Amino acid sequence: MSALVQLVGVSKTFGDAAAVHAIDLSIEGGKTTVLIGPSGCGKSTLLRLIIGLIQPDTGEIIFDSAKINANRPARRKLGEGGIDIVRRRIGYVIQEGGLFPHLTARGNILLMARHLGRAESEMRTRLSELCELTRFPENLLDRYPLELSGGQRQRVSLMRALMLSPELLLLDEPLGALDPLVRAALQKDLKEIFARLQQTALLVTHDLAEAAYLGDEIVLVNEGRIVQQGSLADLREKPASDFVSEFINAQRSLAMI
Amino acid sequence: MRGIWNPGVQKWFSRVLIFSWFSGLLAFSAFAAEPVQIGSKKFTESYVLGEIAKRSLSDAGISVEHRQGLGGTIILWEALRSGQIDIYPEYTGTITQEILKRSDPLTFEQIANELGKAGIGMTEPLGFNNTYALVMLRSHAEKLGLHTISDLKNHPELKFGLTHEFLDRQDGWRPLTEDYQFNPQNVIGIDHALGYGALVKGSIDVKDAYSTDAKISENDLIVLEDDHQFFPQYKAVFLFRFALAEPAIAALRKLEGTIDEAKMVRLNAKAERTKNYARAANLYFEPDATSTRLRQGSGEASISFGETFPHKLTRWTARHLELAGFSLLLSVLVGIPLGIFASRGGAIGHVILGFAGIVQTIPSLALLALLVPLPFFGISVRTAITALFLYGLLPIVRNTATGLQDIPRALRESAIALGLSPAARLWQIHLPMASRSILAGIKTSAVINVGTATLAALIGAGGLGEPILSGLNLNDHATILQGAVPAAILALLVQSLFDLLDRVLIPKGLRL
Repeated sequence: MSALVQLVGVSKTFGDAAAVHAIDLSIEGGKTTVLIGPSGCGKSTLLRLIIGLIQPDTGEIIFDSAKINANRPARRKLGEGGIDIVRRRIGYVIQEGGLFPHLTARGNILLMARHLGRAESEMRTRLSELCELTRFPENLLDRYPLELSGGQRQRVSLMRALMLSPELLLLDEPLGALDPLVRAALQKDLKEIFARLQQTALLVTHDLAEAAYLGDEIVLVNEGRIVQQGSLADLREKPASDFVSEFINAQRSLAMI
Repeated sequence: MRGIWNPGVQKWFSRVLIFSWFSGLLAFSAFAAEPVQIGSKKFTESYVLGEIAKRSLSDAGISVEHRQGLGGTIILWEALRSGQIDIYPEYTGTITQEILKRSDPLTFEQIANELGKAGIGMTEPLGFNNTYALVMLRSHAEKLGLHTISDLKNHPELKFGLTHEFLDRQDGWRPLTEDYQFNPQNVIGIDHALGYGALVKGSIDVKDAYSTDAKISENDLIVLEDDHQFFPQYKAVFLFRFALAEPAIAALRKLEGTIDEAKMVRLNAKAERTKNYARAANLYFEPDATSTRLRQGSGEASISFGETFPHKLTRWTARHLELAGFSLLLSVLVGIPLGIFASRGGAIGHVILGFAGIVQTIPSLALLALLVPLPFFGISVRTAITALFLYGLLPIVRNTATGLQDIPRALRESAIALGLSPAARLWQIHLPMASRSILAGIKTSAVINVGTATLAALIGAGGLGEPILSGLNLNDHATILQGAVPAAILALLVQSLFDLLDRVLIPKGLRL
């Protein structure tokens, strides 16, 4: 399977935020890739680069063989509203859910489909599918985000991201703010959803157990650079540096204490 | 279920627009027609002279309107020069000093010549000299043995309550103290009408007045003799535009030399006693009036002061709402887009917020005075609405900008990441999310405008300020309250109306 997204020599430096340096990364179609690393290592920055919230200083980001970074020639090639058209092919879920408080769960999920003028019947069908897929009770669809629990909000956020059947799903610590029981339930559901949809997903977490459970491929990032890429077994058995061993040992499960 | 393409958001904004429209709708009522316009300043004698001129012209069969109580010499003069008014009563001293800006005394002919260059004519003197004077309670002056202005030098403890105009005039307070070589420390600025109350109560000891002021006899005051002959001559005349039709000028000239000091004091006293300028003006015509003239006059007068209180109140309130409503509509239509620009920060944002902030610091009377000489404005409803509109801008601009800036970054980015177009982000996400803040700004502007609209009466734009102004002038609390109470009630109503609107316009999800 060929790469859906490719980052070639991507660098981005900020005043104080997490920078990335000369990143090369390929995201395989149909697989779940997990970016992991300590906070501030630049893993969220990579997601924000891919969805075009920020632009790389150097390097190229290629989505489905189109260059989408914002240097002018590339933008022009994409055409008017080009980056928005790419964004609609990508779903994006963040830690706090990013739900708009003035819209109901339904309003949030259908926002983009309505903007694109999709047929009402088509949207209704898709919404039922998504509720079933994410185990979200349909009778809660008319609630506002503030009337939902944290876990329910993340399910709504996931439905919003999946509404237009995106080729790529980006998840930035989607479960980071949830308590352990809810988190475990959602991890299980996410894994099922990814499998059922054969969804290409790129997930950011700092929890190694979560990365190992959900990820087909784990990418360990530190100080803006990719340190090692592979399965958990690769990382554990063939650590590329002392940092890799340290990172893995620091996250030993309770059972080992 | 809602329409195909997004929710209540479009509805939300159209509701805002419809509401704004309603509030401004009344404002499109008639602007002034074409009769001869007489102006008068904001004090009794000027009102009475204005009424006398009105009566004289209308007796000659000329259609005429009196725009009472406009604020300040400069506003009247600019209005006359630009043709907003055709006639107004003025004093030779004021013309020399304030209009021609000359410190040397001019002869009557020189004044007429200078005015002629501006296309303005001047009648012969009406007869009386209403010069400035310093007055005190008779009992107080006698106790201290004060007779002349020079005598004040020996009493540095006396408190002076002077009108702002007198304090600033070229023939006013500062040159007076230089001429008499004294330098009192206790000097405060106070409204002319309020000053009399302060004098009687003893909170001030000396105030400035006009020599024909009815209050001099009413309050048992004495005029301190101007022993240096400092105050210039203030002979009353009418100024008029050369463009005025011949019969109107002739009717005006009939008044020349017909009012001496004693008569003017009587007319002023009548006006203050009856609270009715038209009736006082009628007194002028009584002694030598023919029977026909008298009948015509009183018939006409009864129309103007036969207006019932509910009718007047309705007229004032309607005009007040026009002023506040239309200016608010403009503030909303201009303020929200400016706020959107300002929210994006940068130089433009700073300029916009800075400009709106500066406008807010200009005293409202000064803003009115700045606008009156400009070509498009003059003494009109337009000017009042423009001033109110400018005052209403800042709260709306600032609240729109802050409301938008307060939207969390994660939510802004979510909207971008979804692939919404910039316009859709603004209308469907940003504005609804900032709606609470924007509405709070509009509410603040509305309440400010309802209050400030009372000042519109200073430039003859009417509203509830009209009774407040004439009440201040007549020192009549009942009249002041006729305007002040409805204005306060109106402000409260506006406040509660907006509290209700919050429930309709702020999306439910933001009110949980």
